[in-house]
Amino acid sequence: MTLFLFASLLHAQEYFPTNHGVKNSDNSKIAITGATIYVSSQQVIKNGTLVFEKGKIIAVGKNISIPKDSKIVDLKGKYIYPSFIDMYSDFGVKAPKNEHKHGRAPQYDSHKNGFYWNEHIKPETNSVDFFFFNSKNADELIKLGFGTVNSHYKDGIARGTSFVTTLNQDAKNNERLLSDKAAQHFSFKRSVNSKQEYPSSQMGAIALLRQMNHDADWFGKQNEEVADFSLKAFIENKELPKVFEVKNKLEIFRANKIANEFGETYIIKGAGDEYERISEIKDLNTTFIIPINFPKAYDVSDLKVQQIVNLEDLKTWNQAPNNLNVLEKNKINFALTTADLKSKADFHKNLRKAISYGLSKEKALAALTTVPAQLLNLENEIGTLKKGALANFLITDGDIFEERTIIYENWIQGKQNVIKDITKEDVRGTYAFQIGKKKYTAEIAGTKEKPSAKIMQGSKKVKATTKMVNDWLYINFKPNKKEEVAVKVYFGNAKEPMANYISKNETFALNFKKTKEHKNKDKKKKAKKNPELVAVSYPNMAYGFEEKPEQNDFIIRNATVWTNEKDGILENTDVYIKNGKISKVGKNLKASGAKIIDGTGKHLTTGIIDEHSHIAISNGVNESGHNSTAEVAIHSVVNSDDVNIYRNLAGGVTTAQLLHGSANPIGGQSAIIKLKWGETPDQMIVENQPKFIKFALGENVKQTNWGEKYSVRFPQTRMGVEQVYIDYFQRAKEYDFKKKNNIPVRHDIELETLAEIINSERFISCHSYVQSEITMLMRVAEQFDFKINTFTHILEGYKVADKMKEHGVGGSTFADWWAYKYEVNDAIPYNGALMHNEGVIVAFNSDDAEMSRRLNQEAAKAVKYGNVSQEDAWKFVTLNPAKLLHLDAKLGSIKAGKDADIVLWSHNPLSTYAKAEKTFIEGVLYFDMERDQELREEIQKEKKQIIQQMLDAKGKGEETQKPVQKKKTLYHCNSEEH
Amino acid sequence: MICLILFLSINSIYAQQTPAPKQSETILITGATAHLGNGKVIENSAIGFQDGKFTFVDELSKANPNDFQKVIDAKGHHVYPGFISPNSTLGLVEIDAVSASDDEREVGAINPHIRSIIAYNTESRVTETVRPNGVLIAQVTPRGGLISGTSSIVQLDAWNYEDAIITENDGIHVNWGKSYANKKNKIEPSSAYKKNKKKLKDFFTKAKDYKKNSKERNLVYEAVQPILEGKAKLFIHVHGAEEMTEAIDFFENFGVKDMVIVGGYETYKVAPLLKEKNIPVLLYRVHSLPMSEDDAIDLPFELPKKLLDAGVLVGFENSGDMERMQTRNLPFYAGTAINYGVPYEEALKMLTSNTAKILGIEKEVGSIEVGKNATLFISKGDALDIIGNDIYKAFIDGRDISLESHHTQLYKKFQKKLGQE
Repeated sequence: MTLFLFASLLHAQEYFPTNHGVKNSDNSKIAITGATIYVSSQQVIKNGTLVFEKGKIIAVGKNISIPKDSKIVDLKGKYIYPSFIDMYSDFGVKAPKNEHKHGRAPQYDSHKNGFYWNEHIKPETNSVDFFFFNSKNADELIKLGFGTVNSHYKDGIARGTSFVTTLNQDAKNNERLLSDKAAQHFSFKRSVNSKQEYPSSQMGAIALLRQMNHDADWFGKQNEEVADFSLKAFIENKELPKVFEVKNKLEIFRANKIANEFGETYIIKGAGDEYERISEIKDLNTTFIIPINFPKAYDVSDLKVQQIVNLEDLKTWNQAPNNLNVLEKNKINFALTTADLKSKADFHKNLRKAISYGLSKEKALAALTTVPAQLLNLENEIGTLKKGALANFLITDGDIFEERTIIYENWIQGKQNVIKDITKEDVRGTYAFQIGKKKYTAEIAGTKEKPSAKIMQGSKKVKATTKMVNDWLYINFKPNKKEEVAVKVYFGNAKEPMANYISKNETFALNFKKTKEHKNKDKKKKAKKNPELVAVSYPNMAYGFEEKPEQNDFIIRNATVWTNEKDGILENTDVYIKNGKISKVGKNLKASGAKIIDGTGKHLTTGIIDEHSHIAISNGVNESGHNSTAEVAIHSVVNSDDVNIYRNLAGGVTTAQLLHGSANPIGGQSAIIKLKWGETPDQMIVENQPKFIKFALGENVKQTNWGEKYSVRFPQTRMGVEQVYIDYFQRAKEYDFKKKNNIPVRHDIELETLAEIINSERFISCHSYVQSEITMLMRVAEQFDFKINTFTHILEGYKVADKMKEHGVGGSTFADWWAYKYEVNDAIPYNGALMHNEGVIVAFNSDDAEMSRRLNQEAAKAVKYGNVSQEDAWKFVTLNPAKLLHLDAKLGSIKAGKDADIVLWSHNPLSTYAKAEKTFIEGVLYFDMERDQELREEIQKEKKQIIQQMLDAKGKGEETQKPVQKKKTLYHCNSEEH
Repeated sequence: MICLILFLSINSIYAQQTPAPKQSETILITGATAHLGNGKVIENSAIGFQDGKFTFVDELSKANPNDFQKVIDAKGHHVYPGFISPNSTLGLVEIDAVSASDDEREVGAINPHIRSIIAYNTESRVTETVRPNGVLIAQVTPRGGLISGTSSIVQLDAWNYEDAIITENDGIHVNWGKSYANKKNKIEPSSAYKKNKKKLKDFFTKAKDYKKNSKERNLVYEAVQPILEGKAKLFIHVHGAEEMTEAIDFFENFGVKDMVIVGGYETYKVAPLLKEKNIPVLLYRVHSLPMSEDDAIDLPFELPKKLLDAGVLVGFENSGDMERMQTRNLPFYAGTAINYGVPYEEALKMLTSNTAKILGIEKEVGSIEVGKNATLFISKGDALDIIGNDIYKAFIDGRDISLESHHTQLYKKFQKKLGQE
């Protein structure tokens, strides 16, 4: 039974000199017989044989002939698996440390010489250069069953290459390393080693990655210009697999878009929440690396905490363990990783949990062996026990995914690592011994690995202390009042244990004999019942829909209809919506098959359009790292999980322009979305939308209120702002000229975007306050033969309304905001009316998640301040913003053929007493006051249910953690994330 | 027409409005629907006042207009008592982002001796823009720290702060805080909360002793004596239900009798306690987002109704972002409350008599009743609805105040420039 195996070395002829004694290598063949061998997750051989030599498998199968010179090891009843592969490790490289120092002036330019212009892009990094084999960490992984890792320095946006190493403790790096450049790695996360400001937002990171790819394409094709070291490395490593780490499911779509644009396929390192958008993720048809860091139950015993904790975070706990099951059922290919696990020791426990939720063992094994091996192009070397593969295998006493299974050994490159001693006998049983005249029995029970003893005298338990350490049993007790006895028993390999006892400082031999074998009373633990899964909703949080609402045909009868057309406001009128469009407007309409809604006493309008919103944006509304960021785009970071989408719907808002903030003169590209709550970002983004970009003037762009250290970026005055524009437009013009004349150019996203503006293919919505800068921008535009489309905020628009009219620019303003900074000192609530009277197209916008759900009331302020007619005032938040967004052919009025984006109000919508009762977008009822009441109850019910599950888990002794609450940010124009 | 333009342009060179002179003639407003602010309405009313006090409040049929020197025909219009903005920083800050104009927050944690009134700028351009919407009275309140300081109540048309005072040093403001915090995306008990509670306990314990055995004068301890003696109000700024309960218990232990909850998002959860202890609430911005993602999306709109139903005395306040300029929207919180179930006159009380009671100025202002200050206005339409709020006359203590402002001046100036008159 005992195994006396020695590691075999890879090289028959010694290369490295030895200075510590004589050479002692053993290159013998070893044959394991009688075991159940998992050649791969697909192929199992019962009672099979595995032969290996010099670290490699030379034969595997049933009834194969064993080479004569083999050492034969009988492993009858044992199981052999390929050792696992961790696909997303940082083994052997130091974790990145934040070197950011506070209080220093911001760094705008790269400090690296000869590399890419941005320090967060470092594809030249080869993690293998910092590889240091860390035995302690290797031990930890080996114990879990891992034999190989794909490892890299997890820092930056383009992170460079990873390496693949086995965890072979005794070999040198050249032997262990299976690949010194295995994959290129990417993320949206800035390098913690760099202070360079750009990119300060996720949309900036996306733009940066895209620009890097364009640059690489350019340098890859052109010879006359020299690429920097970063791009060179990126181009050289082009054929390697590319792994992209994301923080949540929405980022998967963002990363995948970049991949599609450049004809790449990314292996996505997910976050474990893929189940929340599984059907769309399935459609991506890509491979994933998935962590299994399931959250512990939250400690919600405090009632106050129960109120604070959000349904969204509660659901994560309930649903996350089901993620792998969902991925498998949807036939999504994935590998597993120990990454993100707080304690790697939880790996098997969590894996078993995933299996208990339905993940198949075959898939689990594949995800730890063959899948990662394929992804690393090492399918012949690792992850399998076929001939020619490395002798990386595990010996267990049963199914590796069962709780009671013991992993005895983990062989790596033919090198044995003992985890549990396979030779160890089961010492459990009943033993008899005698001290003086008194007869005792020692009953040894517990687990085989951790036995425990109690001492009996007949059927009576003796008061004794017992301790089992290694192979020794120590017993201390008092056979009588005066005497104290210490018994020592050694369970060696001899048939009978050797024992003696000490009494009164004298040692006596002791006959310690097994009288009864241990009866395995280990009841099969009852399969733990998992807490009942709550349904995933869209989005997976409060107010999400378990079933997405569908498009229907409706007829709203007998309402007061605010047409925003020549007809004006029509009483007792029907509106028929069909196939997502307004079909007819009139009296006593016929509409067979349509659902009827009684609009008697109610008002029907087109949906509100918010020209200036910052809801539904992920990871930064401002890219403040440069003074021009035309390359970044809000549409790349739309967040469909913002509850403010739903709240806005409840305020009758159906469309919003999500704008970049106002941190720089040239901001980023906009996203015009419809508030289709429950859908994904891509489904919300209006198709073929007119292109917009945010510009900004005044205090924000000159960093007036940013604090003292922000005084180095150009411009710091309004004078500088003008020059920024002229400079960039001039460069864009020259770039565009080259393109139009077929002179090759390096694709520059920023200049492409600016050229679109000059060519009137993209429209500017410019954050603006005081009259001087407003006039300046119009004049700059005129120099370059285009028009500014919209001045947003435009609080001094009334002072130059005539010039605005002449230029042809619209004004999207606040109804009554002022006094929050110096440049709004002359902001007046009559601004809208004055501009309107001058013939400027005027809209009222929100720039605020709270106010946006009361934009109907803001429109009323045009009536209050300046006596705009009610009909015209209503257009300030509907038809006029539709015009400013160039969407008035589809939106902004109740007219046959336009989108059925419609709101049914309880009163005159301008009145403070109006409530939006129903909000439709394209014929889908996205908000309904009645359903909202039901949702409220469901939220409470679901919360209660999960809280109870958590309390039960705690009651059962499960480990808990402090309740999780994801922080959310409400953005405004000047929201900065530093 | 030319004369008028000339007049306007002269007028517009004055940066601030001139405070109105004392009421010199008796005035009767006739024919309006009078919302008295105490729950009562008089259709076709007659409201008379003399020397700054109401002298006649009844139906028009019972009045004799000839007894009054001036009669204002307000037929079809609405009369309201001046609205009150409690927990306000009007006059303490002019422009948020200009620090030189900012006087709302003193350094230090415990500042009960700080008095807002001396920094109150009667000539604030912001203040003159809130009057045309009906807000004529404010409680000027310092911000920050654990104890922010002492507030005072003013009327909004005065030459200087002494002129403006309705009640000097009406109360002291405590910021109670939140017992749980979000630390790195985890909910955990707030350590600051515990510390601050201890700090307050130490402070009040010493302050109580101070009365007994003080030889040297201590400004800070002295400042809180009125609340310990039941002579001034304690305003507890707090949102959470548990925190509110703890705060009330805390101050009861120190013998504080007159407490007001300010903010009070979760008051509806402890309404019976508040009712039993007779503790009123200055309810924070009705036009707010829910504080929690899971909360009913219109919970802030529904709070007035919930508290009214529970029998708690409620007034509206509007502290928060851009709070000074937003004061002109305070009346519409009542409109929203009405939209969410509060009866009209009850909602009005939350801007007038309820607030006056809560601030302890109900004998002077808060409703249109004979003997009270003639602080009122006339609106062509429903002043609680944005499209109805159209005020053309307002009086403070019977003085016919200007409804012009920096805004109307610029409006007129540029109407002329653009040829839009």
